[in-house]
Amino acid sequence: MAKSALLKSSIGKKYWMALTGLFLCLFLVGHLAGNLQLLMPNSQLQFNQYALFMTTNPAVKILSYLTYISILFHAVDGILLAIQNKKARPVGYAKSNPSANSSFASRNMAVLGTLVLVFIATHMINFWAKMHFDEKMPLMTQTIEPAPGMKSEYYVGRAVGQYYQVDQVKLPGEKEPEAGLPPKQLEVKNGTDLYNVQANVKVGELYKDLHKITFDFFKDKKYGLYFTLFYVFSMLVLAFHLWHGFQSAFQSLGLNNPKWTPIIKFAGKAFAVIVPILFAIIPLYIHFSK
Amino acid sequence: MSAAKNINITLKIWRQKNAKTKGGIETYKLDNVSTASSFLEMLDQLNEQLVNERKEPVAFDHDCREGICGSCSLYINGRAHGPDTGITTCQLHMRMFNDGDTIFVEPWRSKAFPVIKDLVVDRSAFDRIQQAGGFVSVNTSGRTIDANSIPVPKDDADKAFMAAACIGCGACVATCKNGSAMLFVGAKVSQYALLPQGKVEATERVLNMVRQMDEEGFGNCTNTGACEIECPKGISLENIARMNREYLKASL
Repeated sequence: MAKSALLKSSIGKKYWMALTGLFLCLFLVGHLAGNLQLLMPNSQLQFNQYALFMTTNPAVKILSYLTYISILFHAVDGILLAIQNKKARPVGYAKSNPSANSSFASRNMAVLGTLVLVFIATHMINFWAKMHFDEKMPLMTQTIEPAPGMKSEYYVGRAVGQYYQVDQVKLPGEKEPEAGLPPKQLEVKNGTDLYNVQANVKVGELYKDLHKITFDFFKDKKYGLYFTLFYVFSMLVLAFHLWHGFQSAFQSLGLNNPKWTPIIKFAGKAFAVIVPILFAIIPLYIHFSK
Repeated sequence: MSAAKNINITLKIWRQKNAKTKGGIETYKLDNVSTASSFLEMLDQLNEQLVNERKEPVAFDHDCREGICGSCSLYINGRAHGPDTGITTCQLHMRMFNDGDTIFVEPWRSKAFPVIKDLVVDRSAFDRIQQAGGFVSVNTSGRTIDANSIPVPKDDADKAFMAAACIGCGACVATCKNGSAMLFVGAKVSQYALLPQGKVEATERVLNMVRQMDEEGFGNCTNTGACEIECPKGISLENIARMNREYLKASL
């Protein structure tokens, strides 16, 4: 009985909210560190290498599945708690003065959390899903000038020094060149593998260009400003959610004592301000950069 | 303190015939209320007026009128026990209000505290939580040793005493946006968990009291901290954290 109470009881549900919430705070730090690379000049190759690592490394895979599970559990548990809490007061007060004794963030965690969830969904559609499933995900290219006046676009291979001229490479679904033109020597298969067409031998691997996807997204002529503003707004919502959530997690786990609680509260508020601001700077920088 | 004066007020009071009928807010004008009177004395004055008008007086809970029994409840102008801190309703004075004020008076709102009549709610859910484990089963057959012969660290004794100051008034539930009873249960769990006499039964106590609390239909704590601020006895949120620790220990 005691064991199942850890899932079903009021206090048990709070432990899970706290544990998944704190794990997601760790995730935020990792994600932020990755994103901040976008602010570095000439970060294209580094960022795409990082994106490749994050989508293929087995240890990262385990962490990412833990993150998906945490987000789902945090959301489902949160919704269950919010429904129960609504039911606990069937008749409300005619006059209520909640700001006299509690903060805005603490009273609106469910609404803030739902908004963050909507943001996560759109964010995953815009970036994560493209990286994982989009067959038309662009591959990283670079403009190189091997000799004066011979500037052209090259695909960047994963091995150092490998470059493949763009017009030599046939992309999946691309038509054969018109009659009279020489057939292409190379072909992209399985998303990023580069094959020699005649020998059907793999000659190299390319990078998915998440860097380009990101820059194009926030610099989009028509919608880039709206995407940027939505991102910044979502970070503001996240800031409020963390403002209460961080220290609340420690209280739920029973970690409250006169010495540590003021430090935890301060750290939580610092986290709630710094992390979302750093996240928000990135799309602002991209949108307004040349 | 300035001398008492008389003020005229408008009261908006929840009236409900019994648990089964639907209630509503009624408006009453009350003149010549002394600012030196307590909130309950003001309600007595209103009831006198209602009786003289051959109307049904307003039912409200009260007993000791010195802030220790926890009977008087009342959600006044959007706050449990009204606009002051560290008090019950009997300790709220009319000097906190101004001439011409409109004052809302409502019962505690919680699924677990159904309204019996007007402003009176049934708080027996708290009794059932206490009966589920809020006690120490000592043998009192006559040869029990004196409690003071067991050494208790001063710090623990103080914390247990502060938790035991809970009068079970239900302000925590009333003020919590989730209608959660965790400050009450936290205090009751803590006052025993901190003392050697209570530690013996700590595991079953916390499991049983929390199970009963959930069964009664109270909401879940989201750590807004409103209960701690509205509690007339200043019960600290540390008690909820202690209950959370005790519950984790007991569940593993």
